[in-house]
Amino acid sequence: MTIAVSRLAAAVPAAARRPQVRIVIVGHVDHGKSTLVGRLLHETGSLPEGKFEMLKAVSARRGMPFEWSFLLDALQTERDQGITIDTTQIRFRTPSRDIVLIDAPGHAEFLRNMITGASQADAAVLIIDALEGVRDQTRRHGYLLHLLGVRQVAVVINKMDRVDFAKARFDEISADISAYLAEVGVTPTAIIPISARDGDGVAARTPAIAWYSGPTVVEALDALTPARPLDELALRLPVQAIYKFDDRRIIAGRIESGSLIAGDEIVIMPAGKIARIRSVESWPVTPLSTRQHAGRSVGITLDRELFLERGDIISHAQAPRDTRRLHARVFWLHEAPLKAGQSLLVRIGTKDTRATVVAIQNAVDPGELSPIGTDQIARNHVGDIEIGLAQPVAADAYADNARTGRLVIEVNGRIAGGGLVLSVDAGERADVVDIVPVESALRPDERSARYRHAGAVVWLTGLPGAGKSTLARALERRLFSRGGSPILLDGDTLRAGLNSDLGFSPRDRAENIRRLAETAAHLARNGHIAIVAAVSPAAEDRAEARRIGDDLFREVYVATSAEVCESRDPKGHYAKARSGQLAGFTGIGQDYQPPARAELTIDTAERAVIAGVDDIERMLLDTGVLFTEVSDIAANI
Amino acid sequence: MDHLDELEAQSIYIFREAFARLKKLALLWSLGKDSNVMIWLARKAFFGKVPFPALHVDTGKKFPEMYHFRDRYSAEWGLDLRVEPCPPLEDIDPTLPPAARSAARKTEGLKDALAKYGFDGLIAGIRRDEEATRAKERVFSPRGTEGGWDVRDQPPEFWDQFNASPPPGAHLRIHPILHWTEADIWAYTKRENIPIIPLYLSRDGKRYRSLGDQDITFPVSSEAATIDDILHELASTKVPERAGRALDHETEDAFERLRVSGYL
Ligand SMILES: Nc1nc2c(ncn2[C@@H]2O[C@H](COP(=O)(O)OP(=O)(O)O)[C@@H](O)[C@H]2O)c(=O)[nH]1
Repeated sequence: MTIAVSRLAAAVPAAARRPQVRIVIVGHVDHGKSTLVGRLLHETGSLPEGKFEMLKAVSARRGMPFEWSFLLDALQTERDQGITIDTTQIRFRTPSRDIVLIDAPGHAEFLRNMITGASQADAAVLIIDALEGVRDQTRRHGYLLHLLGVRQVAVVINKMDRVDFAKARFDEISADISAYLAEVGVTPTAIIPISARDGDGVAARTPAIAWYSGPTVVEALDALTPARPLDELALRLPVQAIYKFDDRRIIAGRIESGSLIAGDEIVIMPAGKIARIRSVESWPVTPLSTRQHAGRSVGITLDRELFLERGDIISHAQAPRDTRRLHARVFWLHEAPLKAGQSLLVRIGTKDTRATVVAIQNAVDPGELSPIGTDQIARNHVGDIEIGLAQPVAADAYADNARTGRLVIEVNGRIAGGGLVLSVDAGERADVVDIVPVESALRPDERSARYRHAGAVVWLTGLPGAGKSTLARALERRLFSRGGSPILLDGDTLRAGLNSDLGFSPRDRAENIRRLAETAAHLARNGHIAIVAAVSPAAEDRAEARRIGDDLFREVYVATSAEVCESRDPKGHYAKARSGQLAGFTGIGQDYQPPARAELTIDTAERAVIAGVDDIERMLLDTGVLFTEVSDIAANI
Repeated sequence: MDHLDELEAQSIYIFREAFARLKKLALLWSLGKDSNVMIWLARKAFFGKVPFPALHVDTGKKFPEMYHFRDRYSAEWGLDLRVEPCPPLEDIDPTLPPAARSAARKTEGLKDALAKYGFDGLIAGIRRDEEATRAKERVFSPRGTEGGWDVRDQPPEFWDQFNASPPPGAHLRIHPILHWTEADIWAYTKRENIPIIPLYLSRDGKRYRSLGDQDITFPVSSEAATIDDILHELASTKVPERAGRALDHETEDAFERLRVSGYL
């Protein structure tokens, strides 16, 4: 029942945007949730004309006293049962907020509404009957709010009229509920004495509660903080479809967070492909040159033909993780329980994939509040699960991005549960016992005899634009000309393939370096000279690379200054980072930690490329990688 | 993004989900203000083209202005228009009150169209704020093989994840403007300059707020001669939109009964 009056503000285009807060009202059955909602609608002037009178008349005709809750019970089916059935959205406004109320009545059977409602809410109102005090459902709901990540909770102690507005009783229940909520990690934003039926404490501090100086319900709602604007998060554009209605190939989707503009360089996850946005298409006016923000349904074209499909996520450099394994906190709504080993369909954003429940942990019956074995999650229960996915998906942890960090589970084509992604695992590791390394048929010395060098990892580190790639390519040519077997491993090139599932978070960068180092070390152990050109800003990551490369590792610090690098800016990255389009870009946003014990340091602002390559060649000679004397070769045969 | 931008983006998202997930869609075009906004939104979603048929279930009793509008704009907007006639009144459940019975013809016409074309998804322009029973609707709402709506057994729908797999023989109703209000529709119609049937605007102190069949729709008193006037009027009146629809006043549950049997 969207009671519409508040929305008329839209007719006034000048109206400033008001923060919107989504709330649920929860609490034990009959403690007065529906009554409070009816009352709030009335007090905030949100009822259509005649509704109130009409319902009064209906009550009279049925020989029942008028109840505020009738406002919510407009469906005959509901009136018959005397309970409200479903989660619906009701809007009203407080002085500075638009409140969207996700109606969640507390009949135990309808817990699922409470759960689906609360999982979308920014805040909650927990209602307690002053006569009855804190009851089991009060506790369950409080606990669920905690599980589902609702952190702003206003408590109202209702039916104060039935305890003669006694402050002592109010204090008693306040202490009770505060203690309980503290246990589950929730601090109430307010505890308010009210009579929903008579109106005390709802919109006014009436004489009956003169002893109370805190906020009214309307004031408490007005003080809630809306969720953090999605605009401020990293770009996430899940692909809904690719349209070819005319000669344009339009990638359509809704920007879930962040923003984009034509010209942006983007990463397409989970494949990790890179492209540039050529245009933002629209209708009737197209193309759009303005920045498009979170919430917009957009269409874009790219500067190159790439294979991409519904379910991919488009981001900037700060990409979501790609994974085949998720850890999630799920609430289960299906009659048949969710079991370990069960196969199902998982949807994250626009992506869907078959999946298997690998393990279930911490299954809880919110009605009992105690763990109940870990082999299954029954209807209306909550639990943590490990899910293996048939296809790789791009996802974020819920804590990082609520939009791309949540999933639903389908059973037989019907939504059966929902969940918040707790963590995204980067790939499954094979069990060590299953790995039987196969050795090369050639001995390293057989190769070195031919190449006139031993195997080595030449690791070029330095700021973007420092000249690593230029040096690396020149070195490759030099070594090849003298009969050697150099192999270039360029960080960016490998990101397009081997490392395409990695983003630029510290954790992903570390994994990127680890893979580069493992690959390079493998080549080196087989007699090749692996030349790695990678920014590799973190000293810790390079230390790990050195550990992997062991005595074959040679570090070259390309020490060109940040100013010089930025003035070169061969890939246009500095300019973009300066304008805020490239978050986490090393050289501006992130710190580069210069190596302390590099085998060689070269400043390309002072050394020509040829001279730099000479230096490296000398270093390789000095450290026993390159052989000069024929006798050395003989020694190795 | 302002309020209308948000509504628009959400509707476009729904259109694109429907198009991605269903095989044979049709848009129910009633010619009224809501379904015209829907067509506009579909064109936005699909960059100017409506990639599925526009179905007009025709009772034959619409106002002449409406037929004129249909023929003009279906051509201008490049719609794949399908007109489906309704069975005669005699074929309809005689226990229904008169206006409900006449509206139920439409339900039957719709069933005929479903049987004829085999649509698995029908896009309909209903809004939550129109009427209390519509408030419980889902965006993707499964209908039984008879087109019926089971309000108690609706699958959960949240986080913009929709249940888009109707059981064999059943179909889905898709409601892309469920979250809009009457005022939103007018404000958007004005902003986007969407054509409307002139009956919505006041002539001789009366106008139609909602357009159904000629014999069961009545004008309300109004001086609103422009969309701005209408928006003004809406801001100050609390009279429900469907006040001019005979159907809603016949019995408390007539509307509910119709919906259960597949009326929009
Ligand atoms: N005396 C008194 N009764 C109330 C008050 N609020 C609600 N009630 C009654 O408590 C009963 C349950 O209220 P309802 O809102 O339906 O509870 P819900 O199940 O939490 O939605 C109804 O009979 C209400 O009239 C109040 O402030 N004072």
